[in-house]
Amino acid sequence: MSANTAEKIIRMANQIAMFMETKPHEEGLAGLANHINDFWEPRMRTQLFALLDQGGAGLRPLVIEAAGRIRRPQAA
Amino acid sequence: MKDFIIPDDRDFGTPASKSKTMVTLTIDGFDVTVPEGTSIMRAAAELGISVPKLCASDNLEAFGSCRLCLVEIEGRNGTPASCTTPVAPGIKVKTQTGKLKELRKGVMELYISDHPLDCLTCGANGDCELQDMAGAVGLRDVRYEAPPEGRLANHFAPRETSGLANPEWLPKDDSNPYFTFEPSKCIVCNRCVRACEEVQGTFALTIEGRGWDSRVHAGAATDNFLTSDCVSCGACVQACPTGTLNEKSVIDIGTPEHSVLTTCAYCGVGCQFKAEMRGDELVRMIPYKHGKANHGHSCVKGRFAYGYAAHKDRILNPMIRASINDPWQEVTWDEALTYAADRMKALQEKYGRQSIGVITSSRCTNEETYLVQKLTRAVFRNNNTDTCARVCHSPTGYGLGQTFGTSAGTQDFDSVEHCDVALVIGANPHSAHPVFGSRLKKRLRHGAKLILVDPRRTEMYEGPHYKAAHHLALKPGTNVAILTALAHVIVTEKLYDEAFIRTRCDWDEFQDYMDFVAEERHSPEAVEAFTGVPAAEVRGAARLYATGGNAAIYYGLGVTEHSQGSTAVIAIANLAMLTGNIGRPGVGVNPLRGQNNVQGSCDMGSFPHELPGYRHVKNPEVRAIYEKAWGVEIDPEPGLRIPNMLDAAVEGTFKGLYCQGEDILQSDPDTKHVAAGLAAMECVIVHDIFLNETANYAHVFFPGSTFLEKDGTFTNAERRINMVRKVMAPRAQYADWEVTQMFANAMGADWNYTHPSQIMDEIAMTTPSFAGVTYERIETLGSVQWPCNEKAPEGTPLVHVDGFVRGKGKFIRTEYVATDEKVGPRFPLLLTTGRILSQYNVGAQTRRTANVVWHDQDVLEIHPHDAEDRGIRQGDWVRLASRSGETTLRAEITDKVSPGVVYTTFHHPDTQANVITTDFSDWATNCPEYKVTAVQVAPSNGPSEWQEEYNAQAALSRRILAAE
Ligand code: SF4
Ligand code: SF4
Ligand code: SF4
Ligand code: FES
Repeated sequence: MSANTAEKIIRMANQIAMFMETKPHEEGLAGLANHINDFWEPRMRTQLFALLDQGGAGLRPLVIEAAGRIRRPQAA
Repeated sequence: MKDFIIPDDRDFGTPASKSKTMVTLTIDGFDVTVPEGTSIMRAAAELGISVPKLCASDNLEAFGSCRLCLVEIEGRNGTPASCTTPVAPGIKVKTQTGKLKELRKGVMELYISDHPLDCLTCGANGDCELQDMAGAVGLRDVRYEAPPEGRLANHFAPRETSGLANPEWLPKDDSNPYFTFEPSKCIVCNRCVRACEEVQGTFALTIEGRGWDSRVHAGAATDNFLTSDCVSCGACVQACPTGTLNEKSVIDIGTPEHSVLTTCAYCGVGCQFKAEMRGDELVRMIPYKHGKANHGHSCVKGRFAYGYAAHKDRILNPMIRASINDPWQEVTWDEALTYAADRMKALQEKYGRQSIGVITSSRCTNEETYLVQKLTRAVFRNNNTDTCARVCHSPTGYGLGQTFGTSAGTQDFDSVEHCDVALVIGANPHSAHPVFGSRLKKRLRHGAKLILVDPRRTEMYEGPHYKAAHHLALKPGTNVAILTALAHVIVTEKLYDEAFIRTRCDWDEFQDYMDFVAEERHSPEAVEAFTGVPAAEVRGAARLYATGGNAAIYYGLGVTEHSQGSTAVIAIANLAMLTGNIGRPGVGVNPLRGQNNVQGSCDMGSFPHELPGYRHVKNPEVRAIYEKAWGVEIDPEPGLRIPNMLDAAVEGTFKGLYCQGEDILQSDPDTKHVAAGLAAMECVIVHDIFLNETANYAHVFFPGSTFLEKDGTFTNAERRINMVRKVMAPRAQYADWEVTQMFANAMGADWNYTHPSQIMDEIAMTTPSFAGVTYERIETLGSVQWPCNEKAPEGTPLVHVDGFVRGKGKFIRTEYVATDEKVGPRFPLLLTTGRILSQYNVGAQTRRTANVVWHDQDVLEIHPHDAEDRGIRQGDWVRLASRSGETTLRAEITDKVSPGVVYTTFHHPDTQANVITTDFSDWATNCPEYKVTAVQVAPSNGPSEWQEEYNAQAALSRRILAAE
């Protein structure tokens, strides 16, 4: 994944997190995971997991915390 | 087309009365019962009796100047004008007596004595009310004649009988590209002036002088139609009973002989028109009186700008090429379809099922859009479908879905007649939705208040007889802060509607929301520093919105095209719920959609995550419906959105695209990235009427059909499904839906639709909110607003009337997050974009019509201070640069924009405004952030390097070799 792509994925995930952070914690956590599950196609989720699997540097804590609830795409 | 009969569109003379009290009277011995306040003329028309008239028309208030419509009333003196005399219980009216006949003949004789008698060669011959009335009153001779020598007493002869020039004669005004004004034929009935005032609201026309000297004039003394304020809506031309104001197309072709009812293909207002034809030649478009969105009005685009359909740039043959550096090769349909299908199949074999996809069009019909998404889901077997609506209104779908439970506006346009306060935010209906703009202005002239939230002082801000009560001229990108501050005032000053909230919304969520907005940091005072809006203005606007009566919010792309677009839509929904402004006429949340079928393309399942009717692909019950109907398995994972397709193309995993009726290279942000994505694909199929900009990167071109060449439906911003009817054969042989079907079949499908109505039947069968929709029903009712099903067989004008679709309305916190797009020393100004009246979207159509006389290039609006700082003068070439790219255009110095803000439109490809815009987007939907880009502006000598490179590439790529 290019640095450019990583930057984009991080920005987009964090944007969602910033909205979800204003909700009660549990609702926000579920909201973030559902949002990514509902709208991000497998390719993007794979890219997100690639970042998460390396520790998720740059991602907001809510994204990291929600990782377990985000559907991991099957390896293509 | 033949079997459709246009319903009664007689002119009843005066507008219908809205009174509920009924009055019975007798006219010519027949009893008639009509609402109180109806004119005698209209009551007679209800009976089928047309009283002669010249100055009256049922879309205008009665004026009473021509004195032709006289009647006698038993027991009353004199001969009152039937257009200005209201009915009264029990009166006995006579419309035809010896005395009336004499009087009318006398009136007509006077008119005709000052009118040229060149009827046979007049453009209005056969379509002239003066002619008709002369016949109706039995006028047989005209006794007045000018003395053989000396002064003439008329307006129509260029020379007096003495040979001298007649000072009363005025030459024809040909300045408007679409209609002429020939003063010598004017009978000064005032209809045009009233149409311009009452219907259009522009007040461009006046009557100068009195009596014999009175003349119609456009604008000031030195103006003609083109230089006046006239916006060329055509209302006056329609109103004119003579040949004075006449369409040039009628003068050129002759009068039409049949007409077909259809719907404008330009904007989301969805005006209905009669396409008036002679054979298969379109003579003119006349806005249809019973069109429920437009009630007989139109704007310059729908009324006149249809010439693109016959433009020489239309591509009429399919074309292919191996590489984008080759010239195009014209081929037969068969060859093109096979070529395209083979390439796409090979791509899927080599790169996988997910490697290709489609883009549906917001300009094509519902049926066509449905087929294109079906193509990807059922034939390509993935969910890679997206639409241009992504780049405009996807946040509306998300925001209203979350809060209310439906993804559409809550009202019909008629609702505006009951509105007391209109909050218009990020929308400029004057330019982008002109017919709705006229209706809103009419309401404002009659006393409704306007709150305008826009970085720019748009044309909506003030007009004849109204001015905005508040203009919140916020910094681009701060919508959420302002909307939350409005809510802060409503909550802390206790202006909210507690009863509504308790019954209709979730009370706990409201409590939480209340705690949030009440925080001091959301107060108008706290946000003033970065929104740039004085706190007092915000407080005033909030009080007016909450307490001014029926308050409606109208919003547009200025809300959605931001990194917080979805949050702003939620904030708007919160405001409406807070104040109970939902669920009745005059209130609501109304997204103004850009293109004609943005609503429809969203409804039809164009988005990669949802099947038609906004149902997520993850739901097995929904998939089951389509799996049964289509006989294939449906992918449960969301597919690629447009930006994802482009990213994936650059990464090398997305290889083929079928793009119908969209020009993503011009309309999508960050042109360079779009170009790189397209260039990386191995098969791009463009299906359009012109070689658009995207086609520069295409390998296959399918020529498209215009709205005049096919049957189908469009859905406007009020969820109204309107009929589009074929008025001529497709110039490139096939309607777009037929092409998609042939392509699907070439890919291995077995589709056998023979008419779009069958596609609609399939939509109705599979989509609950469309369950009751059939072509038959639309024909009978004229149009239908979805949801239309068992519960609402005639459709639904207002939604959320007794309860929200999702159950309880949901308040959601709306934290303001500043966009990452920030001004700094390199890019100190904020660019925001918009559109103007005479041009449409990327301009592919309107640029190919005479509308260019009003807008031949995009200009950059800049505040005098910013201009002076940079040494820029009016009309100079300037370089506009952002971190994405740069372009050049001319400067227009104006204080419509605030210091620090610049503004441009994006109608011309040469401007390449999207070279400047960045790839930042809405957090929820990836709707691009068109409305905020940090830029720098500097003087320049001419086109940028990119523009020149681009034009060279485009010229190379557009070469066509004809078929041998
Ligand atoms: S075309 Fe429309 S704006 Fe122009 S003068 Fe006629 S009514 Fe007024
Ligand atoms: S231009 Fe036509 S509508 Fe206007 S006053 Fe003259 S005759 Fe009447
Ligand atoms: S462009 Fe819009 S407002 Fe103008 S005629 Fe067409 S639908 Fe109506
Ligand atoms: S139509 Fe009544 S006075 Fe002209």
